[in-house]
Amino acid sequence: MIVRRKRTRSQRGEPRRGPGRGRGWAAPLLGWLEEHPRAALASLGRLWRNPGSTLMTALVIAIALALPGALWILLTNTQAASEGWDSGAAISVYLEADLNEQAVAEVEQALAGIDGATLVRTISDDEALAEFREMAGFDAALAELTDNPLPYVVVVEPTATGAGATELGDLADRLAGVTGVDRAQVDLEWVQRLHALLALIERGILLLAALLGAGVLLIVGNTIRLDVLNRRSEIEVIKLIGGTDAFIQRPFLYGGFWYGLAGGIGACGLLILLTALLATPTAELAEAYGSGFRLQGLGAREAAFLLLGGGLLGLIGARLAVGRHLRAIEPA
Amino acid sequence: MIRFDHVSKRYPGQRDALCDVSMHLPAGELAFLTGHSGAGKSTLLKLIALIERVTRGTALIDNVNLATLRRQRIPWLRRQMGIVFQNHQLLYDRSVFDNVALPLVVAGYRSTELGRRVRAALKKVGLLERERAMPITLSGGEQQRVGIARAVVHRPKLLLADEPTGNLDPELSAEIMELFVQFHQVGTTVLVATHDIALLKRFRYPVIALAGGRVAHDDLAGESA
Repeated sequence: MIVRRKRTRSQRGEPRRGPGRGRGWAAPLLGWLEEHPRAALASLGRLWRNPGSTLMTALVIAIALALPGALWILLTNTQAASEGWDSGAAISVYLEADLNEQAVAEVEQALAGIDGATLVRTISDDEALAEFREMAGFDAALAELTDNPLPYVVVVEPTATGAGATELGDLADRLAGVTGVDRAQVDLEWVQRLHALLALIERGILLLAALLGAGVLLIVGNTIRLDVLNRRSEIEVIKLIGGTDAFIQRPFLYGGFWYGLAGGIGACGLLILLTALLATPTAELAEAYGSGFRLQGLGAREAAFLLLGGGLLGLIGARLAVGRHLRAIEPA
Repeated sequence: MIRFDHVSKRYPGQRDALCDVSMHLPAGELAFLTGHSGAGKSTLLKLIALIERVTRGTALIDNVNLATLRRQRIPWLRRQMGIVFQNHQLLYDRSVFDNVALPLVVAGYRSTELGRRVRAALKKVGLLERERAMPITLSGGEQQRVGIARAVVHRPKLLLADEPTGNLDPELSAEIMELFVQFHQVGTTVLVATHDIALLKRFRYPVIALAGGRVAHDDLAGESA
């Protein structure tokens, strides 16, 4: 017994290097930098070896991302098509009925004096009635009338070109304030309504995108959760040999990122396909309306957003799933 | 290296798996931990490897108190030790090399140094030429040697072995045990849990025997400084 103890003590003095000792501070950092691409490639390889399930998951994510993407492209195209519709706008100023020509001339003068307003033309009550008569079916109805119920209409344009909807509205209010004017109507109210509708749709698309983004989180989260459970024994072994939670998480997080990125790429592909299929019919429709409008496809910014957003959603989804399940797996 | 002071471990709803165990394994020592199944060998190893936590008493590994060690520090402590399992616990989806490299990868070694150390460990256990093989193609004895290479590749201060010869014939058992003796000779503290009486007789090293969760016999008792 004593002999053995002596040997032990002599051994204790032997130089021995433990892990990390004598490696300086840079080696662990470099090792860590090496570890990231290693984990990224390893998880990519794992997905590559299961092409069926990987493709399925990526496709589900792609569709979830492509849906708001398609609506977004539709929206931006509608906005582009309707651009300029509210320039060159005119305001119809309806005068009070029963004004004689003298009074009409006075009102016209007053309207011309309004700042920013340019009179284009005046439609007399007789002209308006004649216009109505030309329309089919009104003839008989109008013959019943003993006197002309139509008022004078003065068409006014804003002096400044490219006036927006609010400027037009203000001008219409001022025109309506002139004595002898019944009401002033902006002819482009429907454009305003369209723009309000588009703003509403934009908000709707954002909400839908948020909803589908949450869906992507759940899809990736669930996929990664199954992955964690499948590799339970491996996780236990790595924990036993001193792997930190961060180390164990890393390949799963990269896995989630790859799923999301693949989904983003898939979504870009779907959208490019979609716009390619719709380009010709759209061009034909635009031509029928005498417009040179062409369908705007997926822009570089949108594509980058889809790829980045997909990757980020995948990463977050994986993080949510892994954090919860890794803690539960302990070697026994 | 390992010091237990009146340590008890009770699993919820069961009697004490370990009861008032006091022992001390000095640094650089090789000792056997023996006892029948259910005597508490596995529990004692699990406490050391921090798979289970001490219920009562004080357990120190290299002067680190296991009872108060924070969860985040567990990986750090596990890297100070190497563990050899009866069922090898190899990862069967990667090569022998990758299995042995795992403790170094986990500790953040760079690939140049990593390759050197892995090959040194494989050479030590005589499996250098099988580094590209998959573990499933190896025999039980070879798999156990891969497990040992993995346990020592990061040059731990403490080597724990849980029934390392459990499934092997006497000849292979002796070979495996020789490896532990070699690590002991270069200064590693080694604790081998086994119920292989023949092995105990062949290798005359101190024995700590457990029975019913208590220390029944301890060759090292009274030696502790």
